[in-house]
Amino acid sequence: MANPPAAPAAPAEPGRNTRHLLGLEGMTPDQIEPLLDLAESYALLNRSRKVPRDVLRGRTLINLFFEDSTRTRTSFELAGRRLGADVINMSVAQSSVNKGETLLDTAATLNAMQTDLLVVRHSQSGAPALLARKVDACVVNAGDGMHEHPTQALLDALTIRRHLGTLGGLTVAICGDVAHSRVARSNIHLLTTMGSTVRLVGPSTLVPSALGRLGVDIHHNMEDGLRGADVVMMLRLQRERMSSGLVPSAREYFRFFGLDRRRLDLARPNALVMHPGPMNRGVEIESSVADSSQSVIQEQVEMGVAVRMAVLDRLTRSRRAA
Amino acid sequence: MNTILFENVRIIDPANGVDQSGRLLVRDGRIAGTDTAGAEGRPEGAQVIDGNGAVLSPGLVDMRVEIGEPGFEYRETISSAARAASAGGITTIAVLPTCKPAIDNPALVRMLRTRGEESGAITILPYGALTKGCEGRELAEIGMLHEAGAVAFTDGNRAVDPARLMRLALSYASGFGAMVVQHPEEPSLAGSGCATAGALATRLGLAGIPTAAESIMIARDIRLAELTGGRLHFGHVSTGEGIELIRQARARGLAVTCDTAPPYFDLNENAIGDFRTFAKFSPPLRSEEDRLAVCAALADGTIDAIASDHLPRDADDKRLPFAQAATGGTGMVTLLGVTLARVHDGTLTLPQAIALLTHRPAALLGSAAGTLRTGAEADLCLFAPEQSWLVRAGQLPGRAQNTPFDRRPLEGRVLGTWKAGRRVYEAGPTAGAAA
Repeated sequence: MANPPAAPAAPAEPGRNTRHLLGLEGMTPDQIEPLLDLAESYALLNRSRKVPRDVLRGRTLINLFFEDSTRTRTSFELAGRRLGADVINMSVAQSSVNKGETLLDTAATLNAMQTDLLVVRHSQSGAPALLARKVDACVVNAGDGMHEHPTQALLDALTIRRHLGTLGGLTVAICGDVAHSRVARSNIHLLTTMGSTVRLVGPSTLVPSALGRLGVDIHHNMEDGLRGADVVMMLRLQRERMSSGLVPSAREYFRFFGLDRRRLDLARPNALVMHPGPMNRGVEIESSVADSSQSVIQEQVEMGVAVRMAVLDRLTRSRRAA
Repeated sequence: MNTILFENVRIIDPANGVDQSGRLLVRDGRIAGTDTAGAEGRPEGAQVIDGNGAVLSPGLVDMRVEIGEPGFEYRETISSAARAASAGGITTIAVLPTCKPAIDNPALVRMLRTRGEESGAITILPYGALTKGCEGRELAEIGMLHEAGAVAFTDGNRAVDPARLMRLALSYASGFGAMVVQHPEEPSLAGSGCATAGALATRLGLAGIPTAAESIMIARDIRLAELTGGRLHFGHVSTGEGIELIRQARARGLAVTCDTAPPYFDLNENAIGDFRTFAKFSPPLRSEEDRLAVCAALADGTIDAIASDHLPRDADDKRLPFAQAATGGTGMVTLLGVTLARVHDGTLTLPQAIALLTHRPAALLGSAAGTLRTGAEADLCLFAPEQSWLVRAGQLPGRAQNTPFDRRPLEGRVLGTWKAGRRVYEAGPTAGAAA
């Protein structure tokens, strides 16, 4: 909604030959599938504890997080370390950003340190793209504002593909606070690109009809939105959505848009239940559903590391070949 | 149960396009059929009511009523409101959520519905609070209130002020197919005003409220309804300017509706002359030009319904300096009589007037009431359109007596009211009749 279109000068098309991963919009199936294949192979290596430690040996990865995150930062850190990179975590609390340094000053500083990979999370849409224009490192968007969270959508896709064998022809219901969700946007781009049907489900204050322009179906009724779905992807409802008046109360939200057993049974038998975490049990998802055999939420976390290894590997290939 | 045969009545049922003399049969609380062919036979054991040519219409549906219960029982209770409604030929009332506590909780919605059923005289259709406590800050639990039976959402006589909040309200309510009812008055323009800005207010030294306060709010909200796809209704519209905006919006195909109330088509600002606080309303009584615009909009269909805008206040609320006095008037007992004044002066046809008081408001509220269709609940109003009576504050059925129509002779008297086939009102031979 609030995303300005990328400036023409930006490396907006994160194709095969670009060194950044800023978003999934514009990526093609023949770019996505090989990346998932690579991630799949890393998933197997992770399980057998046989990851080659020399892929990123001598390379520096900086986790530059302007917004708090434990899961994503840890996942990138593990991915980098498993491939042998030197990983530095910078969070905004320690950085000089708090001392008034601008984003571009920070970029220049990090550039001078000969960083190879810059993993960036920022509360402003477009911040990683701005950094990417100013640094020599490969920039990975680890979530920017309400724009994109590409590695999350890739790990979701890998999880789905492992269970359902395909990413095409599926019906995926993305439920909840879509308007403010970068996870939803990346998933919409990926899933529609791969030929699946995406339904966005939630109250119209969180799923405005303008989202229909992204080539998806809009549902303001949870039952209608879930009927026959192959995958049910729940989004986290931030507390601030209630304080800002978009949702009257947590109990009303759960009553109409929470995922419980009765609603899940409207989806296909054995439909996958996904959640990017952290969950609000009893607000957007009932505990028994989150912990049920249909839930692949823990596997999403596992695939997260594999996908990030694949991304770090893929983006640095030309640099390492040079 | 029982069988009632109404004979020698003029049956007016605008929902089904009926306006014919004939008979109507009620069996076991439901309409069993009408007979306009002049047949003679009577069903065995039927109670026969000879209408002497009076009009038999659906019980009136009043879409804007405030009751003091819960919280302000000294003003009016559900049972006193039911008495007033029955005397006015009204069998269904939509009740504003502005009581204490506000109706912002599903249990309160169910309570009001149940209390209506228990009265045996009226169906109560509760409005849900649009915002918590009707305080205009955060959205109420619209989904759960809707599910509990709230028919629409409003903060009553408090306008929803911030445009963002109205946008959210229209958007969120639309997900449940629920209607948002706005008090069309821009609060910062209305300020502490208490009369329509103009020559009279200036002469009396009263702070004025410009008519633009209404039209600006109507224009804003129409735009927000367009943006969100929300279902918008304006309560008690009172200005030609505001009505024209609604007319244009509907011509563009927008689902925007409105109602008005008897004070706005029967009185003008001159009624407050000499600081008569019983004629103090919100929105305030307007100029004669605006009154005529309201009449025209009733005739051409732009206004969808006439509601009593019944607002009970006791004498202590009214016997204050004009600016400090409470706004609003009691209206259920006089609703039909004052509306019929517009029939007698040729503004409306009788079926038009009945439609504005029955099936049109019922349709807005999603209610099945307001029709004489066979099988419908036998909610009926029998009235003599030409019979006159004198409104007397202090002697009105019900508790609230703050009528702006005191000493007003009205033509059109309710003779009897039936709720689900049970008689709940019978006019006395002289009670309230003009001398």
